Amino acid sequence: MTRKAALQLWLATTLAVLAAAPMAEPASAEPKTLRVAMHADVRTLDPFWTTQTIAGIHGLMVYDTLFSSDAELKPQPQMVEKWNVSEDRKIYEFTLRDGLKFHDGSPVTSKDVVASMHRWGKRDGAGKQLFEYTASLVAQDDKTFVWTLKEPYGLLIDILAKTGTSIPFVMREKEAMVDAFQQIQEVVGSGPFVFKRDEWVPGSKTVYEKFKGYVPRKEPASGHAGGKVVKVDRVEFVWLADPQTAQSALVAGEIDYLENPQVDFLPILESTPGIKIESHPAMGTMGILQLNHLHPPFNNVKARQAMFYIINNADYLNTIAADPKLQKLCFSYFGCDVAMETDAGSEVYKGKKDYKKAEALFKEAGYNGEPITILHATDHQYINPANLVMIQQLRKAGFLKLDVQAMDWGTVVSRRAKKEPPAQGGWNIFITGTTVLTSSSPITHTSIGMGCDKAWFGWPCDAKFEELRKAWAFAQDVAARKQVAIELSKRAYDQVPYISFAQWRNPVAYRSDRLTGVLSVPSVPPMWNIEKK
Amino acid sequence: MTAYILRRLLATIPVMVVVALFVFLLLHLTPGDPAAVIAGDDASPAEIEGIRRKLGLDRPIWEQFGLYIGNLVRGDLGTSIFSNMPVTTLVRQRLEPSLVLAVAALVVAVAFAIPMGVVAAWKAHSSIDRVVMGFSVLGFAVPVFLVGYLLIYVFAIQLRWLPVQGYRPLSQGLDGTLRSIALPALALGMAYMALIARITRASMLEVLSEDYIRTAHAKGVATPSVLLRHALKNAAVPIVTVIGIGFALLISGVVITETVFNIPGLGRLTVDAILKRDYPIIQGLIILFAGAKVLVNLAVDISYTFFDPRIRQ
Repeated sequence: MTRKAALQLWLATTLAVLAAAPMAEPASAEPKTLRVAMHADVRTLDPFWTTQTIAGIHGLMVYDTLFSSDAELKPQPQMVEKWNVSEDRKIYEFTLRDGLKFHDGSPVTSKDVVASMHRWGKRDGAGKQLFEYTASLVAQDDKTFVWTLKEPYGLLIDILAKTGTSIPFVMREKEAMVDAFQQIQEVVGSGPFVFKRDEWVPGSKTVYEKFKGYVPRKEPASGHAGGKVVKVDRVEFVWLADPQTAQSALVAGEIDYLENPQVDFLPILESTPGIKIESHPAMGTMGILQLNHLHPPFNNVKARQAMFYIINNADYLNTIAADPKLQKLCFSYFGCDVAMETDAGSEVYKGKKDYKKAEALFKEAGYNGEPITILHATDHQYINPANLVMIQQLRKAGFLKLDVQAMDWGTVVSRRAKKEPPAQGGWNIFITGTTVLTSSSPITHTSIGMGCDKAWFGWPCDAKFEELRKAWAFAQDVAARKQVAIELSKRAYDQVPYISFAQWRNPVAYRSDRLTGVLSVPSVPPMWNIEKK
Repeated sequence: MTAYILRRLLATIPVMVVVALFVFLLLHLTPGDPAAVIAGDDASPAEIEGIRRKLGLDRPIWEQFGLYIGNLVRGDLGTSIFSNMPVTTLVRQRLEPSLVLAVAALVVAVAFAIPMGVVAAWKAHSSIDRVVMGFSVLGFAVPVFLVGYLLIYVFAIQLRWLPVQGYRPLSQGLDGTLRSIALPALALGMAYMALIARITRASMLEVLSEDYIRTAHAKGVATPSVLLRHALKNAAVPIVTVIGIGFALLISGVVITETVFNIPGLGRLTVDAILKRDYPIIQGLIILFAGAKVLVNLAVDISYTFFDPRIRQ
């Protein structure tokens, strides 16, 4: 065969292959699909297996809860039809609503609820505490179950209504019986959406379809409470790793909803017709400057108190959230714009910085110029700039020797668990954050616990603080809890479990020219109630 | 030829064993704890320990390695720690976008680069040569993500001709696939265009100074024929080498392009797995990439025999 003939044959073959390739399918009635870009991709399907927020978002799509919080963060019944409490406030009897079904068509029964709560209680911090005070949780019949407490613990309903991870979802008894430290294999909930496992591409796309058998409550939707009426056929979570691309996709209309737009792009989004930016007042993040209480200098309370004379809270705000509308200078360990807001004890932190006073306190604590090891996560959107601000503030004090170690966030989360001295692979300081919602309750606020060995990384230790936390849990109404919160705040500023800095909102952005009914919530965004043109 | 191919294939086995050992040790000695990443920020140390035990990460390293090798021999690349899906399934989901992007970028690069290199060599040291080489320098210098953002701004947002992001599979229609891959292929192709054009020019310059080229001109052969039939074919070996290396690199994923254009390819899968310490995915992918590289090298070596009969002998 000549070269010319070979080339002609190759061309003809290529054209034939292209012609035979399937062309676009003819247009047919397309399902109404809501395309959403969340802050992370759905990688783990078991909502109890991790505290990552995205697992809670996934769970909220496919599962339902006994109670939910409304837009004012007040607990409301969801799967529960009615309940009553004994006079001594120890026995709670719950009755489930009619018509509750799992996605496989089987009815939701009390046995499913009991098994689910036990599994959740083995993993969730607030759940563990609840079960410490639980005498028994039993199903009386298919629709009724009884929760008996050892003491009149006042937070049962509030904890069941929590919207911070891990949310107490109800799953089938079959999945709920799986070891809490092993992932469930099947995702069958009774929530308003069905998970489409065959279309799931981890790290790329997660698809949910409307569950036609869902029976919503009759009340209007409010926060996570009320009627969960689904008004679209499908929801696709599209993971857009690049913030610029996510912003462009929203502007071009390729996605409808962007959960966490990067702050830099907000002016562009605000000026684009058809795009709305909004946020719930309590939706936000608070910074945590975590100190290691096991090793010098921060094993001494004087050194921890000295930090208030060095760290300037306001410096972080402009670095993390440049738009003043998103900023909140907050001195409350329990967050601002929430019921437990209090800055009791924060006078030094609010006051003028005094490096001489700080130096004197460090000396009292026995500090002799040893390096302070800082775990600096360089790849995190707000943790990196917050670290840079903190390092500059500490350097400005003039007397501290710093050992700044740059690493990725994955390395930080592994290294912060080490209890060895800093010189042997441990640490003195790392920065992280928590949601305002999580920190608004001393019980769900994991980082503030001062339970020594049982505490969160940093292992703060103060028995009096823990007694006050318990007292908060047993307070019988909001006013009583507020009083305890004030005492907790004073104790926290005295013993310094960590340094809280900044509070900033995380708005959502969506196409208001085609979406209506978007609910404003301070936590995981719900996809029901949204209508698309 | 058959014996040669078989010999080369057998030689890959010790290569793959070394790669498997190296990647396993490197991962397990690197700081990071997948159990902590899985558990999330609000988990307690006890919860993290529980997850670590369930995943078998608390076992001695030699035991973990033994299990890993045993699975590998059976063709089992393991299961993702996070998604609980087999690594082979995850790779299968990502293979088509990566392959299509790699092929498209290479087609774009080769289609422009080779003519550019040939023209630059033919008109060496002229203004055309300088323009072509200047463009090639630009292709190296401008980062892929910047090219990507500019292309998105012009063609997707302003002109609305092409989508901003995403990948349409071939099963949903060729036109959708081509539209979704056009901008990423162009962005990625530019960098390779620069490289291939330079190599083509250098290789052509060497060949154009040969006696047989002078003889062809003296015989009155037309310039296009001299360039394409006589010179380019003899200059092809280094060009094909570079194209082969480029294809192997593209197969293993070009993370930045995939991230900017949201192409669910192998590159992003690898980087996400590294950041999350999803050991089975990282190990499985590196084994696959090593295997692909070896096979591409073999294909390139075989292709030499078509361009240069002396190698065939």
